[in-house]
Amino acid sequence: MKKKRWYDYLWMASAVYLTLGLFNILFAWLGLICFIVPLMIALIGGSKAYCNNYCGRGQLFELLGGRIGLSRKKNPATFLRSAWFRYGFLTFFMTMFFLMIDSTYLVFAGADLKQAVTLLWVFKLPWQWAHTAMVSPWIAQFAFGFYGVMLTSTMLGILTMILFKPRSWCVYCPMGTMTQGICKLKNRKEAASNGRKSQKNCGVA
Amino acid sequence: MKTLKKIAVIHKECVACGSCLKGCPRNAVAIYKGSIAVVDGAKCVGCGKCAQACPANSITLAEVAIV
Ligand code: SF4
Ligand code: SF4
Ligand code: SF4
Repeated sequence: MKKKRWYDYLWMASAVYLTLGLFNILFAWLGLICFIVPLMIALIGGSKAYCNNYCGRGQLFELLGGRIGLSRKKNPATFLRSAWFRYGFLTFFMTMFFLMIDSTYLVFAGADLKQAVTLLWVFKLPWQWAHTAMVSPWIAQFAFGFYGVMLTSTMLGILTMILFKPRSWCVYCPMGTMTQGICKLKNRKEAASNGRKSQKNCGVA
Repeated sequence: MKTLKKIAVIHKECVACGSCLKGCPRNAVAIYKGSIAVVDGAKCVGCGKCAQACPANSITLAEVAIV
């Protein structure tokens, strides 16, 4: 058995995050870490170390589907693995994300706060118990929107974990697709510039 | 003399998620520059644990000749 490292327990952080949001929606802001860190690692380091080691959500699906045995462990449907679906879902996800940012801006500009969490981009769950009086309405609006995004992706992840293999969500997870795309682009650029350098060294260019 | 050995082969559908890294008993898989998994053929024993874990179905086992 491999020795466990501190980051093998980050699934706990994911579980705590989802639970905290039920009690106080403002904790949803912490989820930005799961957006910013993988992007930074991919943009600066050119790697998917976040997915490979530090993603609590991936670990949570692995635990629920693997050790706890909730997954059927079947190969995901072929369409889920296709490039058009992965990049199409990323585009759709990012569009909905920017619409959520737009609603936050509207509240910042004076529109009324909507105390609801939207699940699967359609179903609006009333969330009247949230205590948001201590912050500006736009801060609360972002929290409602972002928690909806996190709950929606968790629900889809759990569904595909049950139907297919534990980490099937990772096949079409927008963060995974985006960071792999960034790494591929970065590698292509580096390879091209190394190629140009070696051509110069050979006196070709 | 040539002998045949079964090893894991990664296909282009790999999403570089790293699910295959954890189960490998020989530490034979690595993710190359965040883009694709790569297998160290010298370490791989062809147990297939990585293929079982791979959600993208991008690992198959193939027999290769070693000298
Ligand atoms: S693909 Fe998504 S869920 Fe999977 S490890 Fe990467 S960020 Fe986490
Ligand atoms: S076949 Fe077994 S030893 Fe080879 S890379 Fe996969 S898990 Fe590791
Ligand atoms: S589990 Fe499959 S998709 Fe994920 S990195 Fe390994 S080979 Fe690639």
